[in-house]
Amino acid sequence: MRRGPALRRGPALRVLDRRACVGRLLADRDDLLVVSGLGAPTYDVAAAGDSQLNFYLWGAMGGAAMIGLGLALAKPKLRVAVITGDGEMLMGLGSLATIGVKRPQNLAIIVLDNRRYGETGMQASHTDAGIDLVGIAKACRFGEALGISAEAELDGARRLIHSGKGPVFIVAHVAPDEAPRVLPSRDGHEIKLRFIEAVAKLELGNAKI
Amino acid sequence: MDPAVDTQATWPDAIFSHFRRAHIRQVGYVPDAGHSRLIQRCIEDADIVDVVLTTEEEGVGLVAGAALAGDRAALLMQSSGVGNCINMFSLVKNCGFPCLVLVTMRGEFAEFNPWQIPMGSITDDVLRLAGFLTYRIDHPGDVDEVVGAAIDMAFGASVPVAGLLSQRLIGRKVWSK
Repeated sequence: MRRGPALRRGPALRVLDRRACVGRLLADRDDLLVVSGLGAPTYDVAAAGDSQLNFYLWGAMGGAAMIGLGLALAKPKLRVAVITGDGEMLMGLGSLATIGVKRPQNLAIIVLDNRRYGETGMQASHTDAGIDLVGIAKACRFGEALGISAEAELDGARRLIHSGKGPVFIVAHVAPDEAPRVLPSRDGHEIKLRFIEAVAKLELGNAKI
Repeated sequence: MDPAVDTQATWPDAIFSHFRRAHIRQVGYVPDAGHSRLIQRCIEDADIVDVVLTTEEEGVGLVAGAALAGDRAALLMQSSGVGNCINMFSLVKNCGFPCLVLVTMRGEFAEFNPWQIPMGSITDDVLRLAGFLTYRIDHPGDVDEVVGAAIDMAFGASVPVAGLLSQRLIGRKVWSK
C-alpha cells in the first residue's frame, strides 16, 4: 500500500490529473450529495457538472468533513461525498476523530492531495513532508482508507464512494497543476436553498429515503 | 463529572423537552459539566443523534450539514468554545442557516480560574458580532420560557440564536485539591 512517507518530495511521482479524477469519481452520480472544500476542489466539482446536490464552499476552511457528517447522519439512506483538498483537511483533522466515533456508513471523504496550498501560491502543505492522512483516517476507525494515484484505481474508488461500507477515506494523489477555474455561485443562500429543495424532492420521489 | 455543579437541578430537563418538541435531531457538544445532564438526556434519546466533538467549530459544520438535509440541530458548548467557532460562524451567516447554540458561561460569577475570564467576558459580544441574537438566562425559572423562545426564533425565523446560561444559574464551581 502506498503511504505518505513514500511520497516525500523527490523524483516525479505517478499522480492523477485532478479534473479527470473528480470527473470519473462523480460520473453517473445519481443522488450522491456532494460537499466541496474551498479552492480548487470547489472548481473541480463545478467542472464535473453543476448539480443542485452540490454544496460548494468558498470559505469555512476545515469544515467540509463535518458538513458531510451532518448530512450523512440526517440522511443515512443517501450517500454523501466530501471532496476537499489536503490543506482544508489538515485544518479539520479533529473531525476525522469525530466521524470515527459515529462511523456513518454512507459518508466518503475524498482528499485531492497536491501537497500544496494552491490558492495562496503553491506553498508546501504538511502532506509534502510525509504527513500521512490515510494513516490518520485508519487510526480514526474509518471503514476504508486508501490512497490512489493511477487512473486504473478510479473505478474502484468510485464504487467505494457509492457503496463502500463507510466511513470511506480516499486520498487521491494529484498533480500540483492549476486547472482553468470553473467558478460556481458564491451566493451561499442560493446554494443552500437549491440543495435543500433538491433533497426534499428526492424524499418526495423516493420513499426509501 | 464536576462534583461542584448541581446535577440535581432540573432546568436542563426543560431544555430537553424543547428539543423534543421542536424535533431537534442532532446535538453536537464538547463534554461540559454545566450541560452534563442535558447531554446525558440526549445520549439516551433514540430520536436524537448525539455527536461528541473534538472542538466546538466542528459543530458549526454539523449544523450546516443537518440543515442542508432538512434536519434541525443544536450545539451545546462552554463560553470558551464560542471563541473556537468564530471563523466557522461565517458558514451560518453566509448561507442563512438556522443555528441554535446554548452556552454555559464561565469567567463571570465567582470564577476562580483567571484563564476563563478573557473569553467569558466577551462571549456575548463575540456572538453578536458573528450575527447571533443572544438571550441571557440568570434564573432557573426563566430557562423554560427563554430557551423555548430561542428555539422558536432559530428555526421559525431561520436565524442564529444563542442562549447564555449564566454561571450564577449553573452554580459556582467549587475548587478543591
